Amino acid sequence: MYNIISNIKKNSAMLIFISLLMLMFRSPVINAGTIANDVFEASLQSLNVKSLSKKREAIKKFSALDDDRVLPVLTALSTASLYYKKSDKTIVYAQKKDDLYDIVNVVSGESYGQVAKRTIKKIRINNRIRRVLRAAIAGLSLGSKDADVRVSALNEIIKEIDDDSYALLLSRQKVETDSAALDLIKTGLSIYALDNGEKTERLTAIKYMADSLNPEVRKKLALLLVKENNTYLEEDAAIRAAAKKAIKNIENNVELFGLVETTFFGLSLGSVLVLSAIGLAITFGVMGVINMAHGELMMIGAYTTYVVQMLMPNHIDMSLFVAVPAAFVVAGLFGIAIERGVIRFLYGRPLETLLATFGISLILQQLVRSVFSPLNRSVETPSWMSGSLEINSVLSLTYNRLYIIVFALIVFAVLLMILKRTSLGLQVRAVSQNRPMAKAMGIRTEWVDSLTFGLGSGIAGVAGVALSQLTNVGPNLGQTYIIDSFMVVVFGGVGNLWGTLVAGLSLGVANKILEPWSGAVLAKILVLVFIILFIQKKPRGLFPQKGRSAEN
Amino acid sequence: MKKVRLLKGMIAASALMVVTQMAQAADTIKVGVLHSLSGTMAISETTLKDTVLMMIDEQNKKGGVLGKKLEAVVVDPASNWPLFAEKTRELIQKKKVDVIFGCWTSVSRKSVLPVLEELNGLLFYPVQYEGEESSKNVFYTGAAPNTQAIPAVDYLMNEIGVKRWVLAGTDYVYPRTTNKILEAYLKAKGVKSKDIMINYTPFGHSDWQGIVSDVKKFGSKGKKTAVVSTINGDANVPFYKELGNQGVSAEDIPVVAFSVGEEELSGIDTKPLVGHLAAWNYFQSVEDEANDKFIASWKKFIKDKKRVTNDPMEATYIGFNMWVKAVEKAGSTKSDAVQDAIVGVSVPNLSGGLSTMMSNHHITKPVLIGEIQKDGQFEIVWQTPDTVVGDAWSDYLPGSKDLIADWRAPLSCGNYNVKTAKCSGQNF
Repeated sequence: MYNIISNIKKNSAMLIFISLLMLMFRSPVINAGTIANDVFEASLQSLNVKSLSKKREAIKKFSALDDDRVLPVLTALSTASLYYKKSDKTIVYAQKKDDLYDIVNVVSGESYGQVAKRTIKKIRINNRIRRVLRAAIAGLSLGSKDADVRVSALNEIIKEIDDDSYALLLSRQKVETDSAALDLIKTGLSIYALDNGEKTERLTAIKYMADSLNPEVRKKLALLLVKENNTYLEEDAAIRAAAKKAIKNIENNVELFGLVETTFFGLSLGSVLVLSAIGLAITFGVMGVINMAHGELMMIGAYTTYVVQMLMPNHIDMSLFVAVPAAFVVAGLFGIAIERGVIRFLYGRPLETLLATFGISLILQQLVRSVFSPLNRSVETPSWMSGSLEINSVLSLTYNRLYIIVFALIVFAVLLMILKRTSLGLQVRAVSQNRPMAKAMGIRTEWVDSLTFGLGSGIAGVAGVALSQLTNVGPNLGQTYIIDSFMVVVFGGVGNLWGTLVAGLSLGVANKILEPWSGAVLAKILVLVFIILFIQKKPRGLFPQKGRSAEN
Repeated sequence: MKKVRLLKGMIAASALMVVTQMAQAADTIKVGVLHSLSGTMAISETTLKDTVLMMIDEQNKKGGVLGKKLEAVVVDPASNWPLFAEKTRELIQKKKVDVIFGCWTSVSRKSVLPVLEELNGLLFYPVQYEGEESSKNVFYTGAAPNTQAIPAVDYLMNEIGVKRWVLAGTDYVYPRTTNKILEAYLKAKGVKSKDIMINYTPFGHSDWQGIVSDVKKFGSKGKKTAVVSTINGDANVPFYKELGNQGVSAEDIPVVAFSVGEEELSGIDTKPLVGHLAAWNYFQSVEDEANDKFIASWKKFIKDKKRVTNDPMEATYIGFNMWVKAVEKAGSTKSDAVQDAIVGVSVPNLSGGLSTMMSNHHITKPVLIGEIQKDGQFEIVWQTPDTVVGDAWSDYLPGSKDLIADWRAPLSCGNYNVKTAKCSGQNF
């Protein structure tokens, strides 16, 4: 056994050696863009050495080859779709299809058809190799037509600047047109100047850096002020002073953007609170029903998203657009069933309603446990919702949160429209303000009750779709949000949608401002204590309902 | 026709049940299974219940133990900590079980302990925990901090060159104690307190934006940063999602988790997690014959090709085999006899080595570090050259560094203080 391993090791060492030789004597006759297959194959095989440090070297050498096939190989390696056949060690691209793998020869592009998992083996990489790969891919994609690709490539390159990448940056500077990319090139050049330049060059570099928010810049500057054994690593006091000033300037900027970020975080938490509370604002606020199963209706919405995604596995990006109306209908129907089946017998008996709906919440939880299993279900995030909008290197707003803020506002606006502009809304308001009078005017109050409850439940379902993108979809999803929802409704003023919006957003922001200072656990407690005190002073919340109906 | 056949089948089945019950009543060894089958912990614990049932099934096929068949007695403590104690009493006193496999959370174990000690029962506890405990009646087959957390930190420090540390955890006893140990350990290694950031979040925390952004800021100060995560259960999903969305990749700031295994990953979209780390004593991806066999029989037993195996399952496997071996060695299932016989018993673990029960009732295990892959499995990137002995009392906490546990004859003590040469008598 040992012999075989050492043989492989020897072989791969030989291969590296050969590929090196080949590199040196690369004949100029061959067209740029392709090199001889055997040369390419030899250095390709060297990627499959066992030792991870040798593999790093091999990747560096391989990426220096002048061949169009290099980039796809490196990309495949970094995304773990580069395999080798166990039988003859041929390196192949593998794509999983059902239980089998489609494999394609890397060198010739010839397809070998489908094989079982057992016959191929993945070429192993780890984090350090991934970093080398990223840098190598970055170097190769600098010439890309897509400015975003160039920017992310440059972001990689400036992490480690040496003479080669310096030359590369210099040459790119002349042809680069994109401003973000140009900024990065300048940053990279100044980092290089800081490390290798004369004193004046270094000082101008620091001056340039003082306005940059790039984390690499901050790292470099911070290194200038590092002390070891009580002496500064940087000997020049003038440079240290300049660096100190630059860092201070950067920190001020960072703090400013930090404030913007905190506000954004707060608004996004707030919008989740608004989404989950707004349905409750209708059932609890307008109808006066304490619905403990509200959280479970959100859970039903989230599971609807899961089912929708199962039904359209190839259109994940579109799934949410289907899921929103589907969740509204499903949760709404559940809501109407609950109202017709249980709650209508209990109007005017809040304690019994509370207990009955709590029971319903347990039943619904057990229902999804039995139907879907107690394990969490994985709901995929559509590609347009992942990642973040980078405003600069210290401030980036994640897309999912951004969309959810917008979504919450849309839901709020639609709901407001329904209540203010439609005849259903008119009837709902009439019934909630004065039931006997509304009845006398010919409104079918029972029918309105069901629809109102269905509307509130449907909105809860829609909130569930949003939550499925943020948190676990499991039987316990609802419990986490029910307390917060009640908190928001009570704080905002029962029966007032605007109150719910303002309360949700302000609680979100307050929570996020407190969080870095007190920790997540304490922040939550502080907010709760604040609400208790607030309710003592103003029992009707921020925006109390006016009029006669509010008095009784 | 179909109905008739169904009816026939049912009659046959019930007849069979009566027969087996009679056979069982005759002479069997009863094995208690104390895992939550409902409530929040059902997610994790149901798997272990099934593992024990599978082991019992296999042992019975081999002819049982001491010539008797094993019989499982499954109870459901419903993720309700006081109920764990009641169910333990029921198992030992009413159902007369000889041994119990069970518990997941530390608080459930703590609730069971007094009952076990009072009735002199046996419990095999298969989950990684915070240490600082050694009971005569409990055998800890999961990892103690020194068989999971400390080697993981060593790996990050020596192999990755991490200089700054974020210790993030859920707010309860296991993360708090583990982080206390890690903090003391890091400080002993010369890490300054400004390079350590500690953060606790409530159970099921879902809004990670602020914390991830803080981690990002903490990591942008020029030194290599890593997150050591004792975040528990559900909260991990939104945490990793947020990491992915904010562009924190494993190459920049690796996260090493102590509570994320194959089972947890099966409910997550793993693409943004690739490269993050986990430290365990076992991964499903371990290349070993015993492991292949175990995985195959698990998939067959549970009738689901997609089910995965994980570390607590291996700990259950080891614990069960140790118990069988100890019972055979002692020739009896009596508590005291098994306790005497089991110290020093070695059984194969699933990573190609042997695990031995030590005198402190902890076992020896190898420590593996794995990187998360796209398919939800782990690629093993590092492992300890030898097995590591589980340490009941941490050497890095001031209160426990002088304590040792040794349940062999002369000492017979779970917390012997080597300085004062006294045994305080309280075993937990």
